[in-house]
Amino acid sequence: MQAKLSVVALSVAAALAMTACGKKEEPKPAAAPAAPAAPAAKPVIVVKLGHVAPMTGPQAHLGKDNESGARLAIEELNAQGLEIGGAKVSFELLGEDDQADPKQGSIVAQKLVDAKVAGVIGHLNSGTTIPASKLYSDAGIPQISGSATNPKYTQQGFKTAFRVMANDVQQGKSLGEFAAKQGVKTVAIVDDRTAYGQGLADEFKKAAEAAGIKVVATEYTNDKATDFKAILTKIKSTKPDLVFYGGMDAQGGPMAKQMKELGIKAKFLGGDGVCTPEFMKLGGEATEGNYCSLPGMPLEKLAKGPEFKDKFTKKFGMDIQLYAPYVYDAVMVMADSMKRADSVDPAKYLPAVGQTKYDGVTAMIEFDQFGDLKGGEISIYQYKGGKLEYVETLGGSAVGAVKEAAAEVKEAAKAVAGAASAAGADAVKAGAEAVKGAAEATKAAVEKK
Amino acid sequence: MKRHRKVPFLHVAVDLPKMDIFLQQIINGLVQGSIYALVALGYTMVYGIMGLINFAHGEVVMIGTLVTITVATTLIKAGMPVAVAGLAGLSSAVLVCMALGWGLERIAYRPLRNAPRLTPLITAIGMSIVLQNVAMIVWGRNYLTFPHLLPKVNFEFAGAHFTAIQVMIVVVSGLTMAGLVLLVYRTKLGMAMRATAQNPQVASLMGVNSNRVISAAFVIGSALGALAGVMVGTYYEIAHYQMGFMLGLKAFTAAVLGGIGNLAGAMAGGILLGIIEALGAGYIGDLTGGFLGSHYQDIFAFIVLIVVLMFKPSGLFGEKTGDRA
Repeated sequence: MQAKLSVVALSVAAALAMTACGKKEEPKPAAAPAAPAAPAAKPVIVVKLGHVAPMTGPQAHLGKDNESGARLAIEELNAQGLEIGGAKVSFELLGEDDQADPKQGSIVAQKLVDAKVAGVIGHLNSGTTIPASKLYSDAGIPQISGSATNPKYTQQGFKTAFRVMANDVQQGKSLGEFAAKQGVKTVAIVDDRTAYGQGLADEFKKAAEAAGIKVVATEYTNDKATDFKAILTKIKSTKPDLVFYGGMDAQGGPMAKQMKELGIKAKFLGGDGVCTPEFMKLGGEATEGNYCSLPGMPLEKLAKGPEFKDKFTKKFGMDIQLYAPYVYDAVMVMADSMKRADSVDPAKYLPAVGQTKYDGVTAMIEFDQFGDLKGGEISIYQYKGGKLEYVETLGGSAVGAVKEAAAEVKEAAKAVAGAASAAGADAVKAGAEAVKGAAEATKAAVEKK
Repeated sequence: MKRHRKVPFLHVAVDLPKMDIFLQQIINGLVQGSIYALVALGYTMVYGIMGLINFAHGEVVMIGTLVTITVATTLIKAGMPVAVAGLAGLSSAVLVCMALGWGLERIAYRPLRNAPRLTPLITAIGMSIVLQNVAMIVWGRNYLTFPHLLPKVNFEFAGAHFTAIQVMIVVVSGLTMAGLVLLVYRTKLGMAMRATAQNPQVASLMGVNSNRVISAAFVIGSALGALAGVMVGTYYEIAHYQMGFMLGLKAFTAAVLGGIGNLAGAMAGGILLGIIEALGAGYIGDLTGGFLGSHYQDIFAFIVLIVVLMFKPSGLFGEKTGDRA
């Protein structure tokens, strides 16, 4: 194997020497300076990025949407003609299909690791992302998911795992609080037993119970089902005010419709998985007036949102389903990190990913020490006349500002302590002022909230 | 929020909801089961005649649904009345699926007629994958919505809700099955089918054109599949290129439960499976004290299947047939 590899390397080098503008399939820039054989033109390095989402199966529409987002980003990056480490960089997307199946997710993850990709965008589902993240972590390949929201993904202690979307702790909490605000007293919870659905339902349950809502039924389905009459009939006997669904649109839509057919009067509420045009298409009029949540702010309200929407629909001739802007941002963050580190070597640019401060389409992207998106608002939407109508934004920057202000207070206190030990009167004064400033910032943030 | 109406007597308040929920579960199961039964007939017809499990049958159902969507939606957009568009959709689906069934047999199975049994089985699985991917290319990966072909009428009976579509599904399934039984037991073609099922060589010696009989079985089975596809479509109002896989698997299970190769068995197996599933999902949590949730509903169906096969290896209605190698 070793011999074979070196033969490949030799032939690549030979090819490069012969054709001045030849492409070089080598993600490591360590080899890039060894390109003086072609001094006439700048060497081109091909950087392979992996992208994983279900391209077949019940969630194929969402997978395709993700891949389109990534493809758009890659094309723009290539058009920009980035230079990293003194070489021109050409990005290449290796799209893989994990069928939303954790087993398949690990298989394709291994495939990408073997293909020595410089980074991975994805996966789409939490259920596939979590097992795959171990493989990427072991191989030291940075991974940014645009849609895996299960908290566990970034809690495993992997330095390579990032996400550009608020996690389900935030989402579940916001949804629970929202339900309580709507005057809901009893709720039936259904989830699809995937890492995402189960995680979101559990977080929602915690928040709902904390807000004084009684959980009267807990039912389960799977992410391939189309018939929910049996569990809905059971739910009907418990007469809840609200049915909460942790899962995706392909099940949520028909579920809402079947609720209506069975004469269930309860409202329907769900997370990002059902906050799609597809959900309304599938659920028809049964979705009217119900609510769902989506991490981040609505695209129309973001500076770069409408522009992105136009670009996307013009290029692919279809509407954005769900996560495309997040995946687009994930690719951009990865490229941005490479640029800042001036390297496409995963080991070298990985630290730069953690220090990201990138003004993306979906948010100002910064990561906390776990790799989670800092801040992370949750927006609530209502299904109205076949459209998702923005209602309000919960949590997010206000919470983030409070957190930051608190951190400032802490630092200022440290400064005070340091100053005290130095016994410098001026320093103490400065420290005291810093504390005061931080306290004011806290106050302002709380008021803002 | 409106309060639920109070029931004057306590014992009524406790007993009534349980009965209506039970009835509702039976209705849910019956409708689901009728669909399974209709699909199962396609499996059982082909198996009964040539001993082949046509795993591509679920995909035939899927194509039936998708063709109906395309035709009906186009016609409705062109301004045709819904009823006409629906009938045109149904008939085009039946025609397309009949052609598909005939083609499948001609291309994929006939050349393997005398091959070992495993070979056509693998071919069938292969055809299933091919059809899924063709459908994915033609209709795309997105979910498609089925046009409203029937008005939404809700009925209520003893606290259980059901719709006109559900009634139609059960009635149409019943009539189709009765028609099929008549065809097999009262017509010349049916007699030829039964003869071929018993012994293809001897039947052809007696002047039965076994190729034509086998083609007919595929064509009729596929037409039933198209019908089932249209009903699945009108019921759930969604369709997807992968919808045939699970449906096919469940219908196959139903056919085995009832005794594969036996028409009455396929019907009984389908309806039984539907009802077991509904009751399983509805009561498994209560029965196991919450230890097993409703996502274990399939356990019930398969426990019943295993128990039936242990005591009656050929299924509920299965006759012992001589081995044909």
